[in-house]
Amino acid sequence: MDRRSAALGRGLLYLLPLGFLGVFFFYPLLAVVVQSFAPGGRLDLAPIANLWREPYFGRALWFTTWQATLSTAVTLALGMPAAFVFARYRFRGKTVLRALTTIPFVLPAMVVAAAFTALLGSRGWLNSLLMDWFDMARAPVRLQQTIWLVLLAHAFYNTTVVVRIVGGFWSNLDTRLSEAARVLGGNRARVFFEITLPLLLPAVAAAGLLIFLFCFTSFGVILILGGPRFATLEVEIYRQAVALFRLPEASAIALAQIVLTFVVMAIYTRAQARASLPLNLRPAAATEIPPTTPAHKVFVGLTVAGLLLFLVSPLVALALRSLAEGDDALRYFRELFVNRTNSLFYVPPGLAIRNSVFFALITTVLALAIGTLTAALMARARTLGTVLLEPLVLLPLGTSAVTLGFGYLLTMGQPPLNLRASAVLVPIAHTLVAFPFVVRTLLPVMRGINPDWREAAAVLGASPWTAWREVDLPIVGRALLVAALFAFTTSMGEFGATLLIARPEFPTMPLVIYRLLGQPGALNYGQAMAMSTLLMLVCAVAFVLIERFRVGQVGEF
Amino acid sequence: MAPLLTVTDVSKSYPGLPVLKEASFAVDPGEIICLLGPSGCGKTTLLRIVAGLETPDTGTVTFAGRDVHDIPVHRRNFGFMFQDYALFPHKDVAANVAFGLRMQGLPASHIAGRVQEMLSLVALDGYERRRVVELSGGEQQRVALARSLAPRPQLLMLDEPLGALDRALREQLMNELRTILKRVGVTALYVTHDQEEAFAVSDRVLIMRARPEQGEGGWIEQEGTPSEVYRHPATEYVARFLGFRNLLRGKVVPLHGDAAETLHATSLQSATPGYRVETAAGTLVAADSAGEFAAGEVVTLLVRPEAADVRQPGERGENLLPGRLISASFRGSYYLIQTEHPGGVTLICEASTTDVELPPAGGPLTLHLDPTALTLMRPEAV
Repeated sequence: MDRRSAALGRGLLYLLPLGFLGVFFFYPLLAVVVQSFAPGGRLDLAPIANLWREPYFGRALWFTTWQATLSTAVTLALGMPAAFVFARYRFRGKTVLRALTTIPFVLPAMVVAAAFTALLGSRGWLNSLLMDWFDMARAPVRLQQTIWLVLLAHAFYNTTVVVRIVGGFWSNLDTRLSEAARVLGGNRARVFFEITLPLLLPAVAAAGLLIFLFCFTSFGVILILGGPRFATLEVEIYRQAVALFRLPEASAIALAQIVLTFVVMAIYTRAQARASLPLNLRPAAATEIPPTTPAHKVFVGLTVAGLLLFLVSPLVALALRSLAEGDDALRYFRELFVNRTNSLFYVPPGLAIRNSVFFALITTVLALAIGTLTAALMARARTLGTVLLEPLVLLPLGTSAVTLGFGYLLTMGQPPLNLRASAVLVPIAHTLVAFPFVVRTLLPVMRGINPDWREAAAVLGASPWTAWREVDLPIVGRALLVAALFAFTTSMGEFGATLLIARPEFPTMPLVIYRLLGQPGALNYGQAMAMSTLLMLVCAVAFVLIERFRVGQVGEF
Repeated sequence: MAPLLTVTDVSKSYPGLPVLKEASFAVDPGEIICLLGPSGCGKTTLLRIVAGLETPDTGTVTFAGRDVHDIPVHRRNFGFMFQDYALFPHKDVAANVAFGLRMQGLPASHIAGRVQEMLSLVALDGYERRRVVELSGGEQQRVALARSLAPRPQLLMLDEPLGALDRALREQLMNELRTILKRVGVTALYVTHDQEEAFAVSDRVLIMRARPEQGEGGWIEQEGTPSEVYRHPATEYVARFLGFRNLLRGKVVPLHGDAAETLHATSLQSATPGYRVETAAGTLVAADSAGEFAAGEVVTLLVRPEAADVRQPGERGENLLPGRLISASFRGSYYLIQTEHPGGVTLICEASTTDVELPPAGGPLTLHLDPTALTLMRPEAV
């Protein structure tokens, strides 16, 4: 290949991911912008003005902000002791336990919502227990459709962020700094507030902002656990677009949401850059000690037990609630595949499993293809191309799934791209949601390959192809597997975008859970629990595989 | 004078790892004591136990006549200078130095004055507002010293305080450190694995030893002034640790006639008893030993490297060893020579570069060994 055709080939390689992002991300996003500024094709600022004129936006913005703030505070309060215990103590089962804290993070919103319904809802496990014990007629714990359940679910999701970011940083913090402060006469409290906390602050801020961001764009949890009284911006976009069909208004909210998200992300990035106070970081193994005194043992034991109770009990309750009472424990699972309505048009919920797996497989292939290409291009030496690519790749991360789905509603139903009727739109949307994670998993590994290794292989007699197979592939291989699992689980659990674009004849598992939870009756409830349990198991298996195969810190936030 | 600090039979072990075995020592007020030993001998742990950062399994630490086990770290008013200094990276130089004073609840005006005083003590005037992470290694070391001295600690502990610095800087700071510590008059406990540093800084050296593979944590093997320890290592272990390589097995032979008189004369010069020792390389007179040895006793003879001077081959007389030169390496003020002698004995010595022409490698030479640089010790019990 001469030089010019090589350059042309490389140009085409750049075009592939850029083209995909252009058509399936920027075009719908642009439509959202156009829709909010010029709904009828002419400049019209009414939708934007309506944000202030009508109360729904202010209400949603206020609720979104305070619930995200409160959720962040609750999560930090619950997560900090756990972060401390993980950072400073050595005890048996620590690695497993830390991995366990990550499970909620990879669970689909619908599963978490269902799990908290199963534990604390009016039909939940706790209420049944109390009603049985005390012979009560009504459920005593009435958390369903209150803010408390939402806060708990958000904390459940994000505790691991605190444990990983703050705990990780804490474990590398030199213990001699606080020892020095102790010798100089500081008591424990003063040493914590004057030395440890200020040094941890960048990590705490980074974790807090990330949690805030996740809760700010929370959708499924609010929809199920909050009920109709609560609407975040996400929920409001959905309500305006689908229930009220006010597309310009929905667009305006989506735009506001995008802007706000990017502001928070910018602050997060700055906080991370500032976190790089040149500290004399030490290996975690050098800073952890076994709990020796009784007080330490009790503290570590209580923290670990509390964490386990908090993280495991909703999942156990979910699994328990999916089992029917009486002899036929697996009845709800079987019911998923039965057409009770005898209707020709009824789709048994079980078929959603087939749809989900099918969509997830397509998503995995698409996300890996485009993600690998993008990561490979970004891993090369910095050129104008890679510099431009980087922010473009990170953009989808800051865009909520509901906004993406809404953009598809606006654009994919008419020429030039009429894919509305096609089932392929769902995996495409899922690909965009999974894409940033795939790139972020692959990129550090690809960047970590030392070019000297390839040259060493070549000098030792390996052809370029052999060198790639012997050096690159074994290193990237595991990361590819992890990325594939990420893509697969993301697709299996994706709810926001799917809710807006899925065809009624091709529902996915989260959609079925949502529908079943919204319908009355023990059978629907049981089936929702059964379906959630299945989805939870799929994600748990994927998660175990991810933990098994990931390399180093890959896949951290 | 009653000792200020007394450590009695302190033992400590971590699961599967013995660290200290009945370590005992005492420190007088104003003394600078060095704990010297290889890595893993428990010296840092011993220091941390005195500071209260660790608790001993058994044994006691007494300070000014009071058992300190129930006094928490922050109430002991000891200073501790950490390896790598542990300066607070989020505070500037002045805030680092002021930290201990603030913990004592002193008024701000007083603190500012004391910070000034401390910074000029370590020659860092004008550094108050500098960020500690921007300082050089040597400057960080001085800030750490100022910070630990500022609250007027009753006892200052220093854990390998020069370990992170390069050789030239270390050399310079060793002397400076001793000068400052002496000027302040603080009682100090200093941990290092570098004997030069220990000799340069301390009034007294405690040499530590551990045998973790035999389940024995660290203990104090020998204590003495730097020159005592150097001249009279108590055991072969100490001699080897101090870098002496010429240890010959020998036997004390009885004295009679002229030999006894000559020996008596040399002994008078060195103020220590002299002995005649039979070794594989020949009989040697050793006149610089700390202990008493009986005729017929099996001993280890230490030939310090400065003992040798090179004589013409064929010369005969007392403490003259014929042999041949294996190798010579030029080191400036001396040659490091390796020589071989009868009985397969090899010696490594420092020979003056001015006196005599060295023969080529393999050539014959005679070494004269100065009796006052020859020391006897009891062989290691195995």
